[in-house]
Amino acid sequence: MEHLRTPKVENVHLLDRSSGQRRASVGTLYLSATHSIFVEDNPETRKETWVLHSMVNSVEMPSNSPAGSQLILRCKDFRVLQILIPQERDCLDIHASLVRLSRPEKYSELYCLSFNPNVNKEEREESWSFIDLMSDYRRMGVPNNLWVMTAANSEYRVCDTYPSELFVPKSAAPTIITGSSRFRSRGRFPVLSYFHQDTLAAVCRCSQPLSGFSGRCQEDEMMLQAVMRSNPGSDFIYVVDTRPKLNAMANRAAGKGYENEDHYTNIKLQFIGIENIHVMRSSQQKIIDVGEMRSPSMTDFLWGLENSGWLKHIKAILDAGVFIARAVADEGISVLVHCSDGWDRTTQACSVASLLLDPYYRTIRGLMVLIEKDWISFGHKFSHRYAHLDGDPKEVSPVMDQFLECVWQLSEQFPCAFEFNERFLLTIHTHVYSCQYGTFLGNSQRERKELRLPERTHSVWSQLWKDRVDFRNPLFKADLSQSQRVLRPNTTPYCFKMWKGLYSHIDKSMPPCQSPADFLSAMREESQQLEEELTNHQERIAALTGRPIVWEKTEVLKRRTTHLQQRHLGPDPPTSYIQPITGHGQAVALKQANQMALNKEPNLYLPTECHSKLKDHDPDDCSTCSDRESGVADLRSRSSSGGDYAKDPDWE
Amino acid sequence: MELSEHIKTANVEDAVLRQPLHPAARGTLCVTGHHLLFSDREESSPQHFLLLLRNIDAIEKRMSGSSGTITIKCKDLCVLQLDIPGMEQCLNIARSIETLSCLENVSEMYPFFYRPSDQSLKDQWGLSSTEKHYSQMTDLHDRWRVSSVNRDYSVCPTYPQAVIVPKDINDEMLVKAAKFRHGGRFPVLCYYHRKNGMVIMRSSQPLTGANRKRCREDELLLQAVIDGSDKGYIIDTRSSQQAQQARMTGGGFESKSCYSCWKRLHRQVERGKALQESLIKLVEACGNDSHNMDRWLSKLENSKWLSHVQTALSTAGLLAECVERDGHSVLVHCSEGTDSTLLISTVAQLIMDPCCRTLEGFLALLEREWVQAGHPFQKRCAHSAYSHARLQQESPVFLLLLDCVWQLLHQFPLALGFSEALLLRLATEAYASSYGTFLCNSDKERSVAILSMKTLCLFQALLRPKERRCYANPLYERTELAIWPSVHPQSLQLWRGYFLRWTQQARHLEEAQEEIRNMVILWEKMFEYVCFNFFMLS
Repeated sequence: MEHLRTPKVENVHLLDRSSGQRRASVGTLYLSATHSIFVEDNPETRKETWVLHSMVNSVEMPSNSPAGSQLILRCKDFRVLQILIPQERDCLDIHASLVRLSRPEKYSELYCLSFNPNVNKEEREESWSFIDLMSDYRRMGVPNNLWVMTAANSEYRVCDTYPSELFVPKSAAPTIITGSSRFRSRGRFPVLSYFHQDTLAAVCRCSQPLSGFSGRCQEDEMMLQAVMRSNPGSDFIYVVDTRPKLNAMANRAAGKGYENEDHYTNIKLQFIGIENIHVMRSSQQKIIDVGEMRSPSMTDFLWGLENSGWLKHIKAILDAGVFIARAVADEGISVLVHCSDGWDRTTQACSVASLLLDPYYRTIRGLMVLIEKDWISFGHKFSHRYAHLDGDPKEVSPVMDQFLECVWQLSEQFPCAFEFNERFLLTIHTHVYSCQYGTFLGNSQRERKELRLPERTHSVWSQLWKDRVDFRNPLFKADLSQSQRVLRPNTTPYCFKMWKGLYSHIDKSMPPCQSPADFLSAMREESQQLEEELTNHQERIAALTGRPIVWEKTEVLKRRTTHLQQRHLGPDPPTSYIQPITGHGQAVALKQANQMALNKEPNLYLPTECHSKLKDHDPDDCSTCSDRESGVADLRSRSSSGGDYAKDPDWE
Repeated sequence: MELSEHIKTANVEDAVLRQPLHPAARGTLCVTGHHLLFSDREESSPQHFLLLLRNIDAIEKRMSGSSGTITIKCKDLCVLQLDIPGMEQCLNIARSIETLSCLENVSEMYPFFYRPSDQSLKDQWGLSSTEKHYSQMTDLHDRWRVSSVNRDYSVCPTYPQAVIVPKDINDEMLVKAAKFRHGGRFPVLCYYHRKNGMVIMRSSQPLTGANRKRCREDELLLQAVIDGSDKGYIIDTRSSQQAQQARMTGGGFESKSCYSCWKRLHRQVERGKALQESLIKLVEACGNDSHNMDRWLSKLENSKWLSHVQTALSTAGLLAECVERDGHSVLVHCSEGTDSTLLISTVAQLIMDPCCRTLEGFLALLEREWVQAGHPFQKRCAHSAYSHARLQQESPVFLLLLDCVWQLLHQFPLALGFSEALLLRLATEAYASSYGTFLCNSDKERSVAILSMKTLCLFQALLRPKERRCYANPLYERTELAIWPSVHPQSLQLWRGYFLRWTQQARHLEEAQEEIRNMVILWEKMFEYVCFNFFMLS
């Protein structure tokens, strides 16, 4: 609490474009220990906007304007909130508080340790056992006579970033394991990630070998032999180095590198060329800028998209997954995947491959299992990558964002193959950053154990499972999934799109009544109800008449409509069409352009006289935290030509 | 028959056909006056493949040894390959295709020979007419009338016989106004907005020329349009610079001094050659799978196709905004008034008018605004993106319209009564068709060729119950509201269903559409049964 200097400021203007808002609303800003809360003055709506401090990525204070001081909050889910505070003093206070609160220094400051949903101890413990990795290994058929569990890493003796329970080839003796781990970066020796029962081929993962220019290790070579022998039909394995070849070669100078094909018999080395976390970080910043462009021409937009390189990276990751899945499913050859440390690119490649190979991972529960296995248990450094604590900015990188986007790109290509929808992916994305649950905290299983997270925090998975109705894709065809077990995506560049749902908040204009998914979900639900009703009717008719009934066609009834009364659909035209679209090819640096657009339209300076007192509210109530689903876009218009809707008979 | 003179080799045994998404097939190839027919040799289930020769945009021959390969690039963007044994045979077939795929004489074209058993030449031809359109809008009758000044097509050869004009303007004045407009296309009404009584007019450019000629009748005509209102808008789909330049060649624009009540807005909507080149570049980019991401995005950008979609949609949005929000009448024109003019007015009508968004309404709109209004389909759709022939008057304006409509459908999946399948079908039919609807360049040519007696009407065919099932949008729910499209670049998408139509990707999307259709059918059945039961029980 010591960081809260000004807990409440009145007469604040807020513009949240991400929820489709087009002009600022006036209200009161409250600062709590965990959230910034904005409550609209408008007595009819009293809309509340909640922003978790841990979701705030940066707080900027651009130069003052006559109407007051501005704050720009950029969130980790790429929402941008513009706040105008009348008094500069208040603004400075809020700024200072937010800067501190959005960068916790210790785990104990994190929201998940104070977050207390209304559940008892048993329920919380249950929530942590909701995902059971051992049962997933059993589901894929291990242990068996090829792969066994090893106790080598109990107490994290061999590798402190691996889980304690690991599967290795049956023929790999403990001495081989320890020997191999000594020859691998951070001790991350080859272990099983996914076993494909149909072909007996496996996806394995590790880190780079410490080979330098000429180093070799007999145990490590034996380990790779053992991996090959665990796949009876094959006489070689693929070693997929997910880095660009140049990077891998450069690593040799540092005593690391890649497998020498002369030393390892029966391997085929394959480089994929996924760039490192630093390249990805700056690429994402560029695509965020593209998403924030206010009124770009088509040329500026496509140029920005190309220049960001983002889709190129997404394609590289998907290509890695496709290569592995093909080797395993079509050739029946096991694959060993690594990058440098084996916790970023390796994790991406393995989990995409599993998703392509196994329809189970395309279900709601399956995706949770996959993330728990490949990401959480294998030591993806969540706290570093997603800046849970104030730390080295060079450790931050959108590795998980990219995986989720790969899943989204696949779901766009195969609309019937996934049980979950975009909302599910976006929700996972939010919680990876939010620190509201303990699931993604820490950098390894060991760290999580030391933090005693299961006793002190809640798991996100059981919560998501409770809300699964919201996450269901109405088009999902489970039977199709069975017949088309392995997905074979096309990774030609034209198959990739910018993920509007994540990066573009400017134009969330599709009114809810125009969303086919929501419509179909509602319809599917209703179909089920109707079916029940039908059985019920049939029974009653059978009871009344004593004979089964023969159906005759009756006239199809018109669908019932539940339309919101609206003035129009889509965005307000004046903002979109009046500005001439100039196709000047020379794209100004994106940032500059954005800044100019911001300066040109002082959206925050709108006259208003509303001053009203607030009613009390409960700061622990998180249900309103996200207003992503706040519904119909703001229908008011700033244009002079737009007219006054209150006069319009349609608008009541 | 003369066409057979072009066929030296009519039959080839042992040819191999390769088409996208299918395994190669070996079989017999036949060339007829209008088709390529391929039957494969599978004895259990023989497959036939029929291709309208008119659909072929370009061919490439490659000889190797005693056999040859013909690559056929179709106007619907499909690319096929035929391996033909025998060099002579191969050359003969290629020559036949080259000649028969671009017949010039309308009466030799396939629609004059197409006689399916389930349709008859006696069936009604067309859905709409000026008179019918007028009679449906009774609110219009006090101020507007149907004029048959063009009954013999002498006033304007590209207009239909009947047009809707202000009541105060008599036929003599129309004749004079027509002389002042490019190609005689004087301002006529194309849309009446029921909510506020405002209208959309369309015309061609005024022939003011370098010495700023005036035409009293034209000015009166436009004055009569805004009668009682303070002003109107003119949307000129050329840039103001282009409009200025047009004066040098006898064209021009409505000057402020002569048309004081009209406010001119210039929005450059690309048409003609530039648009055709844009299509060629885009199709070229989509056809090459080996591009990397950067190259693909830069080619997509470089084609400018999406920019054209954006401009067209935003100009139509502007037009709709003037009418619906500002409450003013609008005159829209470019130079000839047969291309981007029609594009803009059609999209604007879809934005504003729910009646145009039903399956019938949309087809009737196309018939009025494109076929009858004189879009020169035969010239514009003579070739598509693959042809090496020198460009003449080809331009994919109609395709751009369909793309804009698809963008609307994509942004408002529930608001349009027709499906993407309809747009794809129309895109194909505009370039090569068994029906007479898109033949010729104007109403006049059509009546000379007696199309309505000698060919079948596509629009009627699309409305038969069996066809309707695949062209209706299962999710359609009528809304009376205007549908304002977002023209932000992120909201506009490449029309994958069309441009990547022959890739695996399109198949998965079709599957999803089918799933939606099935779900809706199941739901409706269920609903029906429950109601029936309820009726039985009560």
